[in-house]
Amino acid sequence: MTMKPLNTFHFASPATFYPLAGRLQPLFALLALALAAAGLYVGFFVAPTDAQQGEGYRIIFVHVPTSWMAMFLYCVMAFWAAVGLVFNTRLASMMASAIAPTGAMFALLSLLTGSLWGKPMWGTWWVWDARLTSTLILLFLYLGFLALQAAVDDPRRADKAGAILALVGVVNVPIIYFSVKWWNTLHQGASVSITKSSSMAQTMLLAMLLMALAFWMYSIAVALARVRNIILEREAHTEWVQHAMA
Amino acid sequence: MQWHSVGEFFAMGGYAPYVWGSVGATAVLMIVEPWLLRRQHRQIVHALRHRLRAEQNATQPTPRAQP
Amino acid sequence: MSLPGRPPGEQIPLVDAARSAKGAPWIVNAALVSLRRDLLLAARRRSEVLTALFFFVVVVSLFPLAIGPEPALLRRIGPGALWVAALLATLLGLPRLFAADHADGTLEQMALSPQPFALQMAGKVAAHWLLCGLPLVLLAPLLGLQFGLDGDAQGVLMLSLLIGTPLLSLIGAIGAALTLGVRGGGVLLSLLVLPLYIPALVFGAGSVEAEAAGLGVRGHLSVLGAMLALAVFFAPWATTAAVRVALE
Repeated sequence: MTMKPLNTFHFASPATFYPLAGRLQPLFALLALALAAAGLYVGFFVAPTDAQQGEGYRIIFVHVPTSWMAMFLYCVMAFWAAVGLVFNTRLASMMASAIAPTGAMFALLSLLTGSLWGKPMWGTWWVWDARLTSTLILLFLYLGFLALQAAVDDPRRADKAGAILALVGVVNVPIIYFSVKWWNTLHQGASVSITKSSSMAQTMLLAMLLMALAFWMYSIAVALARVRNIILEREAHTEWVQHAMA
Repeated sequence: MQWHSVGEFFAMGGYAPYVWGSVGATAVLMIVEPWLLRRQHRQIVHALRHRLRAEQNATQPTPRAQP
Repeated sequence: MSLPGRPPGEQIPLVDAARSAKGAPWIVNAALVSLRRDLLLAARRRSEVLTALFFFVVVVSLFPLAIGPEPALLRRIGPGALWVAALLATLLGLPRLFAADHADGTLEQMALSPQPFALQMAGKVAAHWLLCGLPLVLLAPLLGLQFGLDGDAQGVLMLSLLIGTPLLSLIGAIGAALTLGVRGGGVLLSLLVLPLYIPALVFGAGSVEAEAAGLGVRGHLSVLGAMLALAVFFAPWATTAAVRVALE
């Protein structure tokens, strides 16, 4: 008996990916809700009070996952942009464009929650902490990507230009992080870090991980929804879209 | 469980505005984003259906009245 | 034969430029030809180059006007202000890098020619540095006097700018290529490129601060040099890819 060869590129066509995305999206949304519920429960009802920061430290259960997501989504976005550039496929580039706004949102949330954490702890609304400053620059990188894609009219040129920018950005992210860390220690002497050190209770770590997973599932669900919208807009002239709309 | 009352839970040891502000902002954005996407989806489908119908009407000859 | 979009005095057809650079080794020839052409064109349009330099001078003067003339404070912010002004002045010259050649079709001719496109682009970036970056390096000590920087600080400042401005030109060229012919090009270019400039700014301005604090500048300048080396190898490829995307 011969095995049918696995067609890995079967879902690389927008026409086949669209219904698949539609079916997967609610699953990831449910996963996100379940994980968030678990994470919030552990974070707010199981994790103990912190010795130094009292109850205020509980912000890390949203702050740290949003920072991780902002960083992670940029890498995922750059990956799909690279795939789209190398294989010259539309769908991979559409995926990169779909991820970008969510990544920017998480970067913004990271800055906002970081600010709300810094105010009671350090007395100011903004601290030039290495992590916060890097996240600010990451937000600029996201905004640049979004602005470039919005400014270029031709969708394929927007895809490729955005891909080059995302790749240059992803290479620069470690360089930027290193530079900011250097700058931070140089100018502050004793490191004033807003992030919790490694002496974290097990339950706190668990809650953070659960929330990070929840945000990850959320990002996938949202990216699938957004890519469906992008597919509909860009493939509006094709027969399968017109058939689906009828 | 370290919360001895509901009031204590909401007070968050005095950090209530910061903690609930953060959690609240996160929750709000993570609800608004999918809602916006759903709305955008409805708008796109509506616009495409509208355009499809307009094209179909344009290609069909208008029925002529019987003399 | 006159090319559209440019006055007759400013056209240097590539053929003529290539003929005059005969004798140089072939692999570098493309870069040198492109460099010479851009320098000649800029020489005929001196006002554009000088405008960018005047911008640098004016922006630097804004900082003391905004912050106050207290000498100790100015000495502290001097290096940072000069570096920021250098960044902005470089950004100002970037849209000109490809715009004129793109408008009259020379860029397409360069892409289609048998010469390596990446080397031609490298030549253009080198010309941009010679016209925009190097004058900043030479002007900086003069402006450093406005901030009361001493001799050692001036020396480190010049050195950091000497290593840093080519880096700025190289990274900026990628941005200029990406925004070629795009609406709102200049401002968009700044948004794209400024975050990528931050490491250069941190180590460049930081080197002068380190000197003032009595710490060694070797570390900062080495990292700056390393970033320049990386950029010299990889930035022209990214720029070339971006220009090809713009030419499609």
